[in-house]
Amino acid sequence: MEELQQILSDLLPGAVFNTNPQFVEAVVPAGDLHKFALELKNNPKTLFDYLVCCSGVDKNEELSVVYHLRSTKLKHNCVIKVVTTDRVNPEFDSVFDLWASAEFFEREIFDFYGIKFKNHPDLRRLFLEDDFVGYPLRKDYVDNINIVQ
Amino acid sequence: MIEKREIILGENEPYIINMGPQHPSTHGVLRFELSLKGETVFKVVPHCGYIHRGIEKICESDTYQQIIHLTDRMDYLSAHQNNEAVSLCVEKALGVEVPERVKVIRTILSELGRLASHQLWWCAFGMDLGALTTFFYGLRDRERILDIFEESFGSRLLHSYICPGGLMNDIHPNFQKRIKDFIIYFRKKLPEYDKLLTGNVIFKERSKGIGIMSLEDAISFGVTGPSGRGSGFSCDIRKSQPYSAYDRVDFKEILYTEGDTYSRYKVRIDEMWESMKILEQLVDQIPEGDYTAKMKPVIKLPEGEYFQSVETARGELGVYIVSKGDKFPVRVKFRTPNFSNLFIISKLAIGHKIADLVAISGSLDLIIPDIDR
Amino acid sequence: MGIKIKSMKYEDFNDNESLELFKKSGSNGFFMTTIDSIINWGRSNSVWPLTFATSCCGIEMMAAGASRHDFARFGIEVYRASPRQADVIVIAGTIVHKMAPVLKRLYDQMADPKYVIAMGACAISGGPFFNNTYSVVRGADHIIPVDVYIPGCPPRPEALLYGIMQLQRKIKAESKENRLESRENFI
Repeated sequence: MEELQQILSDLLPGAVFNTNPQFVEAVVPAGDLHKFALELKNNPKTLFDYLVCCSGVDKNEELSVVYHLRSTKLKHNCVIKVVTTDRVNPEFDSVFDLWASAEFFEREIFDFYGIKFKNHPDLRRLFLEDDFVGYPLRKDYVDNINIVQ
Repeated sequence: MIEKREIILGENEPYIINMGPQHPSTHGVLRFELSLKGETVFKVVPHCGYIHRGIEKICESDTYQQIIHLTDRMDYLSAHQNNEAVSLCVEKALGVEVPERVKVIRTILSELGRLASHQLWWCAFGMDLGALTTFFYGLRDRERILDIFEESFGSRLLHSYICPGGLMNDIHPNFQKRIKDFIIYFRKKLPEYDKLLTGNVIFKERSKGIGIMSLEDAISFGVTGPSGRGSGFSCDIRKSQPYSAYDRVDFKEILYTEGDTYSRYKVRIDEMWESMKILEQLVDQIPEGDYTAKMKPVIKLPEGEYFQSVETARGELGVYIVSKGDKFPVRVKFRTPNFSNLFIISKLAIGHKIADLVAISGSLDLIIPDIDR
Repeated sequence: MGIKIKSMKYEDFNDNESLELFKKSGSNGFFMTTIDSIINWGRSNSVWPLTFATSCCGIEMMAAGASRHDFARFGIEVYRASPRQADVIVIAGTIVHKMAPVLKRLYDQMADPKYVIAMGACAISGGPFFNNTYSVVRGADHIIPVDVYIPGCPPRPEALLYGIMQLQRKIKAESKENRLESRENFI
């Protein structure tokens, strides 16, 4: 795991590494996400071609998107995170052109958290009705009619 | 002023039709929006969300033992594997080591669940293609496994038996004998499945060459499980990141390279044989001991993020828990196999007829509540 | 005199008082006419359900139709895929807000006489998803009038057979006056 952390810190100059006993975890500045993801996918030392999971997290002050990546040839894993504190209009780059499953993970994150993705081909709601108002998985979502405590 | 408008419906217009949420062949509430030219499909858009119950939101206000009961109902045919995924994630976070007896029993239940799930898949797949006999054969054999479950756990379908720390209760004394009887019985019946469908000329015509999925597409869309292994994507978590007792049993990972409906079918039939091999190796080796480790009644995970993958009957189930030290989690995310397996249909079904779309979605083995959670 | 179902005694059923009340509220005299009883006998012994299963209870419904607990012996010969040809709709599974208009439309498309069975805890009252969720309809009887409720999560196939026998008794106790009563009183 240490070699992987060394390789990643060489490839991604602006990244900050968190301590995580399980995987190598890197927090990447939001503006460089697409560039770094392209590098992670194509570089022969990393070759992350399989996006396992892409989830949104709301920690009361900040909204973040977490990408779990795995390489089918070199058999290693890593975690990439992007964070924003803008709750009114959060926006990140879309990576659908690198991993095709990201298109649907990002639609789900938009549906639940309201995070928009630039250059996404078809950003609309996936699970909820088209005229649903609000973003239910945010911590400040209040709905007194439907939710029974 | 009213303008005159002429609309001519001709052969080059796409005809949009709805294969609606209530349909006998979609195996649940899934809506396909098909654009047809004649009977050939040239665009499929799946619409999901008709059984979206908000399980992830409920998990944010439930304790970790209560989440087990909800994960049962996500992919109800591999209920044991879903429970095992959450239990393993919580145990990994707490650093708890479960007794050996628990590990072996969990593996046995996983394989029994996989057998039962593939039996139900086989009967539904044959029924979609028109062979109604498979419905009765598959369910007749599945009832035997459900009898084993009912004797030990009390319920046929949704057990919530595997919980953080071990098992809810000890197994019945007859458990091992019944499994041995079942294996002897099922080894005689599985060749019947081959005689009915696998060698059948009509079935081969309807499934060979239909819905070919390339290896790059499988990796890019994240299609795992038997559907991905039919295209050569070697993604079995039991081999690459073994958990419970999988590191001490000997079994093959089934891979075919053609990527069509027939090879996805063959992968599942071969997996049923492999499951029986695993059961035979483990059923006599259940060590004595406790059925659970010592756990506190209120589980609080240390602050941090944890991820655990498990191989269910349909693919890789990932559980991602974010905790801030409380007894309720901050975020629980389920990376479900059916969510990734669904969206490749829009690529596979282009150029085929509607009946082929039914065969393709049957071979991908979708369970809709798992997509919507 | 009690409503007779072959193979099960009248005393073994659970809810006999409400059935007697239902029967009394219908007929103007003390007995139904012969025409009514022949029609009811024909209707109750051949109810054909619609293929409608949203989630886990659908598997137990399929198991009830398989060879061990065969429900073709009760008259449920085939499943009809189209609502216009079906008699009963067995709501097996959770109903969510996105699915509710679809369910209402299916019910409206069915032809009279039609019956509804709510199978499983989710269809009766929202089940395990009652608390803390934003998208589950807490009970199918918020949308359509229900005749028989079958509790369980999921109910065993034998419980579904018992529920169908109760529905058969209810059909046999109907007469022209009280047949549409549950639908007219539905808010």
